[in-house]
Amino acid sequence: MDLTPHLPVLQVVVPLLSSPLLLLLRPRGLAWAGAAAVALLSFAIALNMALAVAAGIQFSYAVGGWEPPYGIALSVDAFSALILLIVTGAGAIAILAGKPSVDREIDAERQPLFYSAWILAMAGLTGIALSADAFNIFVFMEISSLASYVLIAGGPDRRALPAVFKYLIMGTIGATFYLIGVGLVYMMTGTLNLADMEARIGGVTDINPLLVAAGFITIGLALKAAVFPLHVWLPNAYTHAPHMITVFLAACATKVAIYVLLRFDFFVFQANLDRHDVQFSLFLMPLALLGILVASAVAMFEGHIKRLLAMSSVAQIGYIMLGASFITEAGLTASALHMFNHALAKGGLFLAIAGLACHYGDLRLARLAGAARSMPWTAAALVVCGFSLVGIPGTAGFVSKWLLLDAALDEGRFAAVLVGVILVSSLMALAYVWRIVETLYFKPAAQDVATPTGEAPLPLLLAAWLAAIANIGFGLFPQFPLELCSAAAELLLGHTL
Amino acid sequence: MIIIFALFLLSLLVITALAIVQTKNLFVAVMLTSIFSLLMAANFFILDAADVALTEAAVGAGITTVIFLSALALTTEREKAVQSAQRLTLVVVAVLATLIIYATFDKPRLGDPEAPVHQHLAPWYLEKTPEYMDFPNVVTAVLGSFRGYDTLGEVFVVFAACIGVLFILGVKPPGDRHYDPHASGLRHHLIPQVVGRLLIPFIVLFGLYVQFHGEYGPGGGFQAGALIASGVILYALLEGETAALRAVPRYVLMGLVIGGASLYGAVGLVCILLGGNFLEYSVLSSNPVSGQQLGILLIEAGVGMAVCGALLSIFHAFAARPMRV
Repeated sequence: MDLTPHLPVLQVVVPLLSSPLLLLLRPRGLAWAGAAAVALLSFAIALNMALAVAAGIQFSYAVGGWEPPYGIALSVDAFSALILLIVTGAGAIAILAGKPSVDREIDAERQPLFYSAWILAMAGLTGIALSADAFNIFVFMEISSLASYVLIAGGPDRRALPAVFKYLIMGTIGATFYLIGVGLVYMMTGTLNLADMEARIGGVTDINPLLVAAGFITIGLALKAAVFPLHVWLPNAYTHAPHMITVFLAACATKVAIYVLLRFDFFVFQANLDRHDVQFSLFLMPLALLGILVASAVAMFEGHIKRLLAMSSVAQIGYIMLGASFITEAGLTASALHMFNHALAKGGLFLAIAGLACHYGDLRLARLAGAARSMPWTAAALVVCGFSLVGIPGTAGFVSKWLLLDAALDEGRFAAVLVGVILVSSLMALAYVWRIVETLYFKPAAQDVATPTGEAPLPLLLAAWLAAIANIGFGLFPQFPLELCSAAAELLLGHTL
Repeated sequence: MIIIFALFLLSLLVITALAIVQTKNLFVAVMLTSIFSLLMAANFFILDAADVALTEAAVGAGITTVIFLSALALTTEREKAVQSAQRLTLVVVAVLATLIIYATFDKPRLGDPEAPVHQHLAPWYLEKTPEYMDFPNVVTAVLGSFRGYDTLGEVFVVFAACIGVLFILGVKPPGDRHYDPHASGLRHHLIPQVVGRLLIPFIVLFGLYVQFHGEYGPGGGFQAGALIASGVILYALLEGETAALRAVPRYVLMGLVIGGASLYGAVGLVCILLGGNFLEYSVLSSNPVSGQQLGILLIEAGVGMAVCGALLSIFHAFAARPMRV
């Protein structure tokens, strides 16, 4: 039997249904093996669909056989295929490589629960990316959020608990705002299907509830996406989470929220609300610029390597929002490509840090001094990914920043300011990445820190290098992601006025 | 008449909400949230949303309160005084409330047959439910079949909550406080004993009725799971946690959770194997209508099992922690 037409639903259902079964794999290591197999299978499905989408095929799926808008529809286009690749890729790499790190941080008897929650989080994120239904997105947002809270709180670091509590409260507020917005749109249009909403919203005469709805949805999703200044939950949550969970969440979690934000805004509101594009730009552009500058500045003076990179994530989210706020094809392409490239760079960085953490209990920069002498390969992978984060030519980060600069130049009278901010912030990124390099390579080791006995565990080292090589590979040959991204931008703009 | 009653209930709702914010005593706050849910259930009932009312009463007023109380038993009763930006919070809440009220100015009148929600999807659901499923409760048809994928998602939300609590509370508690499982329960209180023992069979029976009668009356797996769980929790409160665990052991609960969630998913996958889409129950039988009925019956059973098992697992996870003395 041909499963190809069922791929969209299998993408969600395979990890979703495996997660309770993972609880049954009690013997040591079996839960990991099961989770790794499921994650790899999910990645294979996502890759399969991405290749099909790149070849011009669009997937749409009516769950339960009920045609939309009566039933729930799933759809895969260039944009969702890109997000699915990021989510499942990050999940597969982190789970496959993460065993040594997870074994250190989670007791053996709690590991089935841990991997079950992890696969559940991945299923939730893929469910969001696939869904073409506003309420269904909320349901899967709840699944992925609940599972992420559990994962962050799961490590041995007790400081994760207050951090995750803050994340839980703010995440719940974000989800509730989204739900209020969806409720208001439903009240005025009577539908939950996004395409149907787009078609029916134009006929609504009393526009006020829709304006309020647009506000609630945007702010709610911006909270989930950690758009400056709604990012306060992010630094501590990423810092104190188990190291492999930081790899996974930093690579994909906020990007899925940005994806929903862009999709909802461009598909539903842009085409129907008068001057919505101008308001969208006016609201997001200053926030994006401020976010880039402030978060980069904080990162420059941060002393803990994980929190430093978490602050850098807030700045990178700024770049993604900046590109989107241009509402041009060039801007959106840059934005989408930066999602992909940032996932590669940040994922690789946190993989290398998880490797460092196997030998260093304390990840403050001062304690990591001189680590490159005993762990040269781990440190080198970290540097390559760091350069990609800065946007050094030859790395993936360069391509998307270059596209962003290019898009900014078309912005008329703001062009000079925008280009200035991008250049200054890149220098700031160079400064904070250089601080890491300087610490690892040129500072003498701290007196009371035991010198590591060797490199990071092999799986972690391999994964970090895989990410590093991908950063260079996609920097030199960015065609495949770029193709998906420009198709995604075209798709989003196809729905504007 | 119903308007006066609704106004009365809604004012009480606002007063209760304000009281919850105001009180510093967490025990009082928990009791008030329970009252809030009960009032909410009454409101839903006035709006003719009997299914939602039943869920809100069973989960919001019942189980949630018990779980809150179990959590309170592990901490102190009084809220810690915090120097937070209360004024700022108040301003933010006021602005948001104004916005929402502003949005409702253009809202269609309550019960307006011309409202978009009554014009677009609802008529189709009302018309097609008898045709495709041949039973009267449209809510069950929407939740179980037309939007069955959402309900599958909700089951996994409950599952996520369950493994989350087990995972986080599964850490060995710090210190060496010993916990005497035999000390819990109300075994020496005659009146609760007698009344409770009388009630338990009826609660469980009502739960089963709600489970299997969902196609015809309000209810379904979600409410049934919560009701049966509350029956077992009542038993645990009367006889002590150990007795409840002897009656329904932990592995049975986990089996219910895993089995229920898997049953739901398996029904969906079988539909694919039989040539339909995921969760397309019509292919389950040669007659599409009985296929739909069979599918909904099976997935509702899955929901009931998963919800009941998950709620009880969460309750036991809290109850097993040594109480603060």
